[in-house]
Amino acid sequence: MTKTPLQFRHNGRDVALFVDGGVNLLVALRELIGDMTPKFGCGQGGCGACGVLIDGELHLSCLTLAETVNGRTVETLDGLKDGPNLHPLQRAFMEQFAAQCGYCTPGMLMAAKALLDRNPSPTRAEVIEAISGNICRCTGYEPIINAVLAAATGGRARA
Amino acid sequence: MPVTVKTFASFGEAASALSSDRGARYLGGGTLVMRALNEGDISISTVVRATDQALTRIDVASSRVTIGAGVTFARILAERELAFLHAPARSIGGPAVRNMGTVGGNLFASSPYGDFTVALLALDATVSVQGGLGARDMPIEEFLQSRERQSGALVLAVSCQRPASADAFRYRKIARIKPKGGSVITLAAHLPSSGGRISGARIALGSMAATQIRARAAERALEGRSLDDAAINAAAAVAAEGVSPTDNALGSAWYRREIVGVHLRRLLSGLE
Repeated sequence: MTKTPLQFRHNGRDVALFVDGGVNLLVALRELIGDMTPKFGCGQGGCGACGVLIDGELHLSCLTLAETVNGRTVETLDGLKDGPNLHPLQRAFMEQFAAQCGYCTPGMLMAAKALLDRNPSPTRAEVIEAISGNICRCTGYEPIINAVLAAATGGRARA
Repeated sequence: MPVTVKTFASFGEAASALSSDRGARYLGGGTLVMRALNEGDISISTVVRATDQALTRIDVASSRVTIGAGVTFARILAERELAFLHAPARSIGGPAVRNMGTVGGNLFASSPYGDFTVALLALDATVSVQGGLGARDMPIEEFLQSRERQSGALVLAVSCQRPASADAFRYRKIARIKPKGGSVITLAAHLPSSGGRISGARIALGSMAATQIRARAAERALEGRSLDDAAINAAAAVAAEGVSPTDNALGSAWYRREIVGVHLRRLLSGLE
């Protein structure tokens, strides 16, 4: 089976690799690039733990054929921080106790980033809608919703 | 197990590749085919893709709208001219699934998925298909009845007439988890009227049979009547006629039969 060459921008850095036919983006990121921040949850599109931004849009990396991102931009949680400085969303998640086991957190943060990038001051309902594809089995969601609202512009919710 | 991925610039070449290989599946947004590959579905040996822009076109210029098979639900939600399809589009998945999932793929999504197709069935959509013998248009009902045999054909687009008014088309998805969750029952109704009387009603149900189906008895109960309590009760009373739901984790077949009339009454009454 021949391998397919693949090049894309990964968290601001150009990467080039060879992938087997049918390999999904999550496997390419974790096993070939070594970015372990996106998680494998269900492999079915039901949990959101593998969420990444492709050209700024939230996608599920486990349901994305790796070679379809050729020439595109992929952002994962690993690229969210700026050097030693955490992203405002990461700080808010920490301060609001929005992570317990932490497995859903990468997907939650990327879904929240996708929301705040186009809507800097969302309502509570908009935050709930934005993370509706992400399952958390620990927190009961409330601390996560509060953290996203806290990280939003000025930290003020419009109710 | 690795599969062969074939990417084509034109949908015609992709359709040929699809129809000539029994192990080939067309990859649209990935939410069905990648899921099958992740689960180790060995019936898929080849994945066919097309980058043809014709598949992602939306045409809303006339009273009949045409939506390319590769159009995502996120794009439908961004298109103001398709407001009548926003409720079904919004009822699908979370934002990531709506950024990926396509109108064409939804036609192949089995229960408890395929909600958008319920809306298209009520709207009497036409499905344009390119098979080994060329392109043809078929009514969505015919497409769904032969869906198992359609995997060798490439869906190019769906088209439907705009409903006459916002009130003439109604949609409701019953899910246990809000705002996102698999369907217990999905209902859509197109209720054209002339002179205050319903004429040509179409009611479609999801998760009530192997494919999306029409509630023909309920449609007949509304025909020629005004949408009053008596007509609505008559339709609700026969809503379960002809359905063959199955048990799944979201609801039993018994439960679905019991509540389909309740939800149809609410849909027709305009109740939340």
